[in-house]
Amino acid sequence: MKSPYDGVAIVGAYNTVQAKQLPNWTEQGLVLDAIRGALADAGLTTDDVDGVNISSWVTRINSRTTAQWFGGRPSWTGTASPGVEGILEAAAAIQTGQAETIVISTAQCGEYTDRESTVSWTRPENEFVECWGLYTAAEFALMAQRHMHIYGTPRAALSEVAASIRSNGALNPDAVFYGRECSPAEVEASRMVADPFHLLDCCIASEGGAAIVLTTAERAKDLDCEPIYILGGAMDRQGMSYVTAPVWERYGWVGRRAAELTFEQSGLTHKDIDFAEFYDPFSFEIIRQLEAFGFCKEGEGADFVLEGRIRIDGDLPVATNGGIMSYSHAGVAQLLQKPIAAVQQLQGKPVPELRLHEPKVALATNGGSGALFCDVMALGKEPV
Amino acid sequence: MSAKQIPLPRPTPLSQPYWDACKEGRLTVQRCGDCGADTFIPQPVCGACFSENLSWADSSGRGTLYSFSTVYRPQQPVFETPYTVVIVELEEGYHMLSNLIGVEPEDVKIGTPLEVFFEKKSEEITLPYFRVRAE
Repeated sequence: MKSPYDGVAIVGAYNTVQAKQLPNWTEQGLVLDAIRGALADAGLTTDDVDGVNISSWVTRINSRTTAQWFGGRPSWTGTASPGVEGILEAAAAIQTGQAETIVISTAQCGEYTDRESTVSWTRPENEFVECWGLYTAAEFALMAQRHMHIYGTPRAALSEVAASIRSNGALNPDAVFYGRECSPAEVEASRMVADPFHLLDCCIASEGGAAIVLTTAERAKDLDCEPIYILGGAMDRQGMSYVTAPVWERYGWVGRRAAELTFEQSGLTHKDIDFAEFYDPFSFEIIRQLEAFGFCKEGEGADFVLEGRIRIDGDLPVATNGGIMSYSHAGVAQLLQKPIAAVQQLQGKPVPELRLHEPKVALATNGGSGALFCDVMALGKEPV
Repeated sequence: MSAKQIPLPRPTPLSQPYWDACKEGRLTVQRCGDCGADTFIPQPVCGACFSENLSWADSSGRGTLYSFSTVYRPQQPVFETPYTVVIVELEEGYHMLSNLIGVEPEDVKIGTPLEVFFEKKSEEITLPYFRVRAE
């Protein structure tokens, strides 16, 4: 088996400072810091960049404009959202020779100003959704509730997921919730947001930026860095988020098609996956992904997590940097931060408490059931 | 509901017939003249066979509670908490979002028989809510 992206390597990955709010930063400043950081990590300079996918949420920074920042040298501009989708788009461009070195960067700040309401990007505008008081947490809750009804998924499993991920973040000095250890009992004791989700079942809202640099596997050999390879990846999109009712029996396994393709492209099996930077918007989504991707049977995700298997010392650690529950959920930047977390863990960069023993292969995902999309990619220290 | 208005739907040319029917106390759904499938929310073609031969059919307005979430942290302060959002599975087989009215949070159960009722919100908009249906 040969990865369809065997000519591509990720050579730089960088997160800016992350915080609940960054009043002294602009999105432009965050993006510039992230680009410089990721290029420095790769041992490359702006002169090397011939492809860009640069964006931001509030001020709408875009690739066509930012190509000028590089003197107009980049001939390729990406349009996919940053994250798994954006990385696969860039990798395809490199694999087909359209560009050699691509930087993907994004940032978000200055958005969450009305604390009386839920954060703006979680509030739907659709005429069949908004009037019922729905928002992202409630959309995902509708999925979780149905799963709990069908399979008897216990409340304790949700608490275990949130506590596992938040305990990782508590040990990560770069996490927004650094130092905030969390037990399952604390998750259950936190205030109810949207049944079955308590406050600590939900990801945080924060600000920050991120960037990643890809180049050819050939070029990567000459760089002073540890290249990480894209072993496979695919998307699973089932309609526009937050418009139609999130019906479990129709959309609940979203991401399965992407995972199956990823395994097929890479030749990997589930046993090969050393850790998973699964998307963690809500505790239940980890249980769902374990089942959807085939790490356990349908309805057995609760047992999987209650056995401690997703803990940092388990056989499939999940969200090893604290994820979007504890590390950071900087709007769109978090999409990119999932693959970045996988890259940095594969490179042995986390603090000793969170550093896994010689991991070789990781999954990173974006999206979840309530949003009707879930993209998956596999990353590895060695090409396949 | 509080004096301040919740955010109300802004109909499009596609959805206007649906909201017009709500004003008349009728719940409607797009039905395909070719394959018979129901499509909700409204779209230009049948979700089952891509046909444009769609018309608005009356729904029974009867269904069961498919899934729910009782919300304690409101989308916006204008929503009084707690409130319960539901997915209703209509007798015809399609699903829609709404609010369940008149049931205490601890009594909400998947599978409960429900029926639609209408509440006028403005001159333009009447919303279809759901309540428990006596079997």
